[in-house]
Amino acid sequence: MFRSERARNLLYQVLLIAAVVGIGWYLISNTLHNLETRQIKVGFDFLSREAGFEIAEKPIEYGPADSYARALMVGLSNTLVVAALGIVLATLLGTLIGVARLSSNWLLARLASIYVEVMRNVPLLLQLFVWYGLFTELLPSVQEAIKLGDWLFISQRGFRFAWPAEHVAWTAAAWALPVGIALALLWRAWCKRTQAATGRQLPTGFGMVALIAGLPLLAWALLGAPTKMEIPELTGFDYQGGKVLSPEFSALLIGLTTYTAAFIAEVVRAGINSVDRGQGEAAMALGLSPGQRLRLITLPQALRVIIPPMTSQYLNLTKNSSLAVAIGYPDLVAVANTTMNQTGQAIEAIAILMAVYLSISLAISLFMNWYNSRMRLAQR
Amino acid sequence: MRTSSPPALEPAGPLAWLRDKLFSTRLNTALSLLILGLLAWLLPPILDWLIFKAVWGPQPVAACDAVRGQGACWAVVWEKFRFMMFGVYPFEQQWRPALVVVLLTALLVISAIKAFWRPMLAAIWAIGIALAFWLMGGGLGLSPVRTELWGGLPVTLILSIFGIGLAFPLGILLALGRRSELPIIRSFSVTYIEVVRGVPLITVLFMASVMFALFMPENLRIDQLLRAQVAIILFVAAYLAEAVRGGLQAVPKGQYEAAQALGLPYWRTMGFIVLPQALKISIPPIVNSFISLFKDTSLVVVIAIYDFAYAVKKSTETDYAWKKYFIEAFLFSILVYWIFCYAMSKYSQWLERDLSRSAQR
Repeated sequence: MFRSERARNLLYQVLLIAAVVGIGWYLISNTLHNLETRQIKVGFDFLSREAGFEIAEKPIEYGPADSYARALMVGLSNTLVVAALGIVLATLLGTLIGVARLSSNWLLARLASIYVEVMRNVPLLLQLFVWYGLFTELLPSVQEAIKLGDWLFISQRGFRFAWPAEHVAWTAAAWALPVGIALALLWRAWCKRTQAATGRQLPTGFGMVALIAGLPLLAWALLGAPTKMEIPELTGFDYQGGKVLSPEFSALLIGLTTYTAAFIAEVVRAGINSVDRGQGEAAMALGLSPGQRLRLITLPQALRVIIPPMTSQYLNLTKNSSLAVAIGYPDLVAVANTTMNQTGQAIEAIAILMAVYLSISLAISLFMNWYNSRMRLAQR
Repeated sequence: MRTSSPPALEPAGPLAWLRDKLFSTRLNTALSLLILGLLAWLLPPILDWLIFKAVWGPQPVAACDAVRGQGACWAVVWEKFRFMMFGVYPFEQQWRPALVVVLLTALLVISAIKAFWRPMLAAIWAIGIALAFWLMGGGLGLSPVRTELWGGLPVTLILSIFGIGLAFPLGILLALGRRSELPIIRSFSVTYIEVVRGVPLITVLFMASVMFALFMPENLRIDQLLRAQVAIILFVAAYLAEAVRGGLQAVPKGQYEAAQALGLPYWRTMGFIVLPQALKISIPPIVNSFISLFKDTSLVVVIAIYDFAYAVKKSTETDYAWKKYFIEAFLFSILVYWIFCYAMSKYSQWLERDLSRSAQR
């Protein structure tokens, strides 16, 4: 019977299932027994209980009287904020450095390659410790804050800056921005279609800029064009008013950005290098300007090589944001850790953590795959 | 644009080099001047702090306090060197972890040399590892040292070397499983790889530190270091599986078909024909996995295991007088990590070129 391939294949699979089920059953029965002796009740009931701890940074409203579920939501929003900002900033910085490494200027290329070789060969955790140390130790105390006019106050408590005083016009402008971006994308698609159908070139870039910048500006101007700013003031031991970037947040954001930028720089460099030189020369022969050459010939081809590794860098950055717990930024892991210590519901807390990170990873992968399939070479 | 006139003789000499590399166009000239200006402005104070005004050698903390703000306090490295390197390992026994660091580094260096890539290497590793454990843990004439007291650089090396070494067979199995035709085995492998790659190492370490105790029978106590090691192995296996899969995909289909035509069964096809070629292709990505693992072992800090990073952190945290010089301590540890990782990444780049060159021959 073992000579038959089908029987053997079946046997392997049955063995795997048996092993997985067996090990799983062993672990679960141990766990159940342990939970029983420790009198821990399994289940997600604890989520609705009062959390009782304060969280220093909260993009959404939260107080100690709120539930654990709410606290975890605050942690998740902190993770998403730092990851999203980090992805944008790391992409910008990384692209600049990647292009700089290819520069014909020896000095610039050298500096960029030193940056890459230093940053990516040192653990991110230590870089975070150093950034955090710089912010908390080397910056002056609140009383002796470095002041840039009335606008920016830098101290151990972080970067506090003036911010527009609350007004309906600002809110409207903030809402107008995504609408403007959506309209700009529609405009670009319309321009492309027009050019494909009639050969007429519409002012694509100008229209997009006008929509993205103009719409919020218009909303702001129509609703009274307020210019009143909320200026931070020193009252007691800290500044009040304005907005503040805490040292924890700043250290994490700077650390994540500068670290990931080194990897992104390599991705960008490899992408640009992958485009055949003949492509640029052919474009030159056709009389395209340097800008057109980059935008229409080099970049679309480089992007195909760049996007897949770029996706994994974005995923890495998001996962690395969990290092926040080491410097005290209240991200999802930090809040889950506190929850775990207070309630003893370790299994549930870790299950939530893993489920959330898996969903974020999946969402980023799906989006980038979609983008990748759009940028792929259309083969007929 | 070049015309068809004969190529001009390349002008030689430093001036020509400067003109070519720094001042070729107006934009380049502006850029070079800007960078030179920035360097002239920023470098002197940085070098002053790092080197010229810094306190070097075994000096008392008062010497550092005297130049605080102007020069770095490298005296902290002399003061805390033993603690950073070996953590809380018994002081008079620290020659043992020191030997282990030398031994493991030597093993890594030997494994990097292609002349040693033969079955004998496995035997050398087995002996080396047995020796390392004997030196760290004691017994047979050495005083025993519990793993809770292990610390510093040897722990970082052990966690990463075992992490990659023991994850390797698991990674190969997962990679084969992912490309298997058997649906259950394939879906199990895919699920495992994707789930592990989708979560941060920290959550896996938390799991090891908090949940492991729940999974095991009540009276079985497994020490913290071993738990972290198991977590790291299970984590890295997923990444190695992807590295190996890349190699498997690069092996031409004809190789599989030829083996099948010869009537070789699955495991022989894989073991004698496909894996030897696939693994050779995957060596550079495996080395890269090792580099990132070497950096990532520092995350065990969050579950309070005395690896190198945690020992460095603790070395200044626990001493009030030296506490304010923690940045210098971190910079020292950064230098150590950097030397290891930079050497390995240069090696990996060289290896990649070397392997592809010999493949073309």
